[in-house]
Amino acid sequence: MLEAIANAVRLLATFDPELFRIIWLSLFVSGSAVVLAALCGVPLGTWLGLKPVPSVRAITIIIYTLMGLPPVVAGLVIYMLLSRRGMLGPLNLLFTVEAMIIVQTLLAIPIIVGLTAIAVRSKGREIRDTVLVLGADHRLLVWTLIREARYGILGAVITGFGRVIAEVGAVMMVGGNIEGHTRVLTTAIVLETRKGNFALAMALGIILLLLAFIINSGLYRLQAGGTDGT
Amino acid sequence: MEHKVIIEATGLSKCFGEREVLRAENITLCAGNIIGVMGPSGAGKSTLLRILSLLDPPTSGVLSFFGQPLPASPSERLVMRRRLTMVMQKPVLFDASVFDNIAFGLKARRLPAGEISRRVEESLEKIGLTAQRRQKAKTLSGGEAQRVALARAMVLEPEILFLDEPTANLDPANVELLEGLLRSLNRELGTTVVIVTHNLFQARRLAGDILFLCQGSLVEAGPTEEIFKRPLDLRTRAFVEGRMIY
Repeated sequence: MLEAIANAVRLLATFDPELFRIIWLSLFVSGSAVVLAALCGVPLGTWLGLKPVPSVRAITIIIYTLMGLPPVVAGLVIYMLLSRRGMLGPLNLLFTVEAMIIVQTLLAIPIIVGLTAIAVRSKGREIRDTVLVLGADHRLLVWTLIREARYGILGAVITGFGRVIAEVGAVMMVGGNIEGHTRVLTTAIVLETRKGNFALAMALGIILLLLAFIINSGLYRLQAGGTDGT
Repeated sequence: MEHKVIIEATGLSKCFGEREVLRAENITLCAGNIIGVMGPSGAGKSTLLRILSLLDPPTSGVLSFFGQPLPASPSERLVMRRRLTMVMQKPVLFDASVFDNIAFGLKARRLPAGEISRRVEESLEKIGLTAQRRQKAKTLSGGEAQRVALARAMVLEPEILFLDEPTANLDPANVELLEGLLRSLNRELGTTVVIVTHNLFQARRLAGDILFLCQGSLVEAGPTEEIFKRPLDLRTRAFVEGRMIY
């Protein structure tokens, strides 16, 4: 373990361009996926959270099921769509960064939708009533609900990011782990483990964990900043 | 003085599934009055208030406001909704400053910033919270929060103000302050005030007319003194004499 930590520090200290390219790509792919997933998931989750529970029971159960969607299944679906014979084959996206972003977006959306709906629903009725009696239109109602549930929604985004940054199966399938092109931290860890370079794999794991820690710390501070003292 | 009818409801009922929680054949509320809605727990008071404040639709019945039937189009309904407002028993304040909470409805109506500022400052003065204008509303005490909720409604200068047991959790000083504000709103702007209260003394102090509900039905309606001195229904009598547990 100590050797792995020393390795991780050495790797970072040498400013190995390939390592920093892998780190950058990991952040780019997962960051883009989470932003896209939030753009779709937050409005959808808000809509779901505003609806009476019985009217959206079936959708909610589907969303909750998809929150646990195995990455390899998502990878398989996207692989089939993007493969030469697939519906989106002509786009030539298989084994590209774009394909990796698509599959990670697909994994993050249900988490963000589901957790946003819960956050909105927990505040929903009383905020809805108050906003309506104060003469707000529908747009202001939705905006106020999102604003009031923002810390819960931020929690949904953090969870979505945690899910995709640590994910390996789907990006491996649709990205192909091509050196210098689609290799990210998780696929590099798998590769190094298969090659028997356990120390290097562990070092990459520590770097991944460190990245997740730094990003989540930042997001947590944002979240806590809003909830402390209220 | 002859008051014009501001709300009229005919054949009103509200059901949750098979269960009917409210039935009122005829409700007529006149403009400029303070109307107390009384009754034991589970009488349907809050349900009635939610229907009249356009938060929930009735299961059946016909409602008219200001002499007009309830419009079907959302934009026209919004215009009607903006003529009335409501204060809940438990104040729900937004995660914003006291000033921004009070300004919320004025901003929703897109009033000029200068007018919003002037009206909010006046309201802050009335509720005695000028010094707390920049304070986060969620850090206020229960009494202060209810004062902000009332100011947020009053600043809109509504034609009808509904209140659902607004003083239930307040100390006597805050109760007195809120009642004073309601009286002055009614007197100065002619706002019709509809207040649900459990408190017989408060109903007698404030209300000119009373609606008495029991077990989901409107039992009796009339001038406050008539209801207290000469109730027509035995249930009303039991309630005003304090023999009905609520």
